[in-house]
Amino acid sequence: MKRVYVNEKWCLGCHLCEYYCAFTQTDKTDMAYALRGRKIFPMISVEDSGAVHFAVNCRHCAEPLCVKGCITGALSIQDGVVRLDQERCIGCFTCILSCPYGAISPAEDGHAVQKCELCLSTNEGVPQCVKNCPNAAIVFEDRG
Amino acid sequence: MAAFDFYPDYEVVRNLDRCIVCRVCERQCANGVHSCLEEKNVMLADDSQCVDCQRCVLLCPTRALKIVKSDNTYKQNDNWGKKAINELIIQASTGSVLLSSMGNPETYPIYFDKLVINASQVTNPSIDPLREPMETRVYLGAKPAAVERDDRGRIKNNLPPQLKLSMPMMFSAMSYGSISYNAHESLARAAAELGIYYNTGEGGLHEDFYRYGANTIVQVASGRFGVHKDYLNAGSAIEIKMGQGAKPGIGGHLPGRKIVADVSRTRMTPEGADAISPAPHHDIYSIEDLSQLVYSLKEATEYKKPVIVKIAAVHNVAAIASGIARSGADIISIDGFRGGTGAAPTRIRDNVGIPIELALASVDSRLRNEGIRDRVSVVVSGGIRSSADVVKAIALGADCVYLGTAALLALGCHLCRACQAGKCNWGIATQELELVKRLNPDIGYKRLINLMRAWKHEIEEMMGGMGINSIESLKGNRLMLRGVGLNEKELEVLGVKHAGQ
Ligand code: SF4
Ligand code: SF4
Repeated sequence: MKRVYVNEKWCLGCHLCEYYCAFTQTDKTDMAYALRGRKIFPMISVEDSGAVHFAVNCRHCAEPLCVKGCITGALSIQDGVVRLDQERCIGCFTCILSCPYGAISPAEDGHAVQKCELCLSTNEGVPQCVKNCPNAAIVFEDRG
Repeated sequence: MAAFDFYPDYEVVRNLDRCIVCRVCERQCANGVHSCLEEKNVMLADDSQCVDCQRCVLLCPTRALKIVKSDNTYKQNDNWGKKAINELIIQASTGSVLLSSMGNPETYPIYFDKLVINASQVTNPSIDPLREPMETRVYLGAKPAAVERDDRGRIKNNLPPQLKLSMPMMFSAMSYGSISYNAHESLARAAAELGIYYNTGEGGLHEDFYRYGANTIVQVASGRFGVHKDYLNAGSAIEIKMGQGAKPGIGGHLPGRKIVADVSRTRMTPEGADAISPAPHHDIYSIEDLSQLVYSLKEATEYKKPVIVKIAAVHNVAAIASGIARSGADIISIDGFRGGTGAAPTRIRDNVGIPIELALASVDSRLRNEGIRDRVSVVVSGGIRSSADVVKAIALGADCVYLGTAALLALGCHLCRACQAGKCNWGIATQELELVKRLNPDIGYKRLINLMRAWKHEIEEMMGGMGINSIESLKGNRLMLRGVGLNEKELEVLGVKHAGQ
């Protein structure tokens, strides 16, 4: 299955991936009008420490602790992708506590969580963060 | 004196309707131009630090930025232009020699733009390169003057060592130190995949790149940085650098801050200490001395590798080239005054040397007239901007061209000409790790390959149009060129007729 992999060596810490992720969640066609004056809630987050930067999003683990821990069944695995049904999420944040990568975060309204689903809804075949990374620091590959 | 020397030359224009305060521009500018006023959630810019490298413009996700030339103006004066005044003001406040980088940007004539290429019509057929074979391969090196036979009449192999290239283009000398590890890796990998060569420049060869030796030309310059026996044997040819088009007559100076760990080890010079290449080679004061170095290098490499001598295009370039051809060198490389550099005194870069088109034509004519053109191949550089320039250079008499600036542009350079500051925002002319990583060689080498493939296709198309199916038939074929808007003297030096003749 194709997953997002991090090439930490090439990450510039530009944070563009976060903005493209946030943009994708809106229904707008122009990033300026979608995001201007708003705080963003991306599902990928860039960790910076000195010269080291890398972007973290959901690893889509084979045995995901978040899915195991979810008390409502809002999280499930579908074709290898860890999916979230926001309608069923009650915002208990058990998954946020159990994810070892910190890849799940509260959604903007704070009532449910949000997580990366590899841009499956965009039909572009490649997640927007990967598509717009200027230095191939995140890639979408099948590494078995 | 005034609060500041002069109003900045370039202004950062931010469209506040489009800025989302993502701060990408701030994070990407090594010159510290952009900053965020957090309490107001707006971005600010300090135009005075902007070098117009275009990094922020191209990374801004909402296209909120552009850099414009300032319209602040001095009182109109055709003699004392803004540039002349500002440069004088800088010197009055610093007392220093002005430094610049990349090629001469001044308004001298560009002869390539005054030469047009021929095409076949009616009386000789043009060739479709997509249907018929088209030969772009070239061999660089001395060619034997005559066929020799042994006492039983069999042909002797008297061919001196040659460089074999799939197309008449290679990457010119850019040292590790002046450009980054990732830039070198991109050039080396692209050269290997394309079947051409890249040149180490004068900074030695990083141990990681020895494996690209079959596509490497190693350089020996006046500072002899990083030169040892394994280095000489690592490449496929050795280039003696006598001069550089951007700064004829002077040496080089790599500031100590660019001599970081790996660069220092590769150069065999102390970390943090300036690396100074003397203006002359202290053992070369004549063609005979040059010949000694040529043969020392051949001796060290068992006569298996061609030796290139690189000179800057200067006034008596034809006579110098004739001497070099007789010195035992296999290839002469001539660098015109538009050639790039990582740092040169501005006055030298902008006022010393001659255009490569004129230098090339006069060298080729001189070597032909003296009957020694076959003894050397001629490689030119310094101002090749497109495949059309390549075709014109070959028709003027070159065997091959070196590309420096063009290759860097493919890697992201936007010719801001601030290399000497060592803070290249594109990760090319810098050794700062945070900046070097901005050039991912996996992307860079592919862009170089794209560029070279595109130019090769275009060269084939132009050759086909002329009814020529091999680079060899184009070489020195000046009848394929005509001048437009050139005077008699220029046409005479170039050896071409005027359009309409
Ligand atoms: S867009 Fe790419 S380079 Fe920029 S922070 Fe994200 S992963 Fe790193
Ligand atoms: S990169 Fe563009 S959108 Fe982001 S802060 Fe700078 S100007 Fe604004």
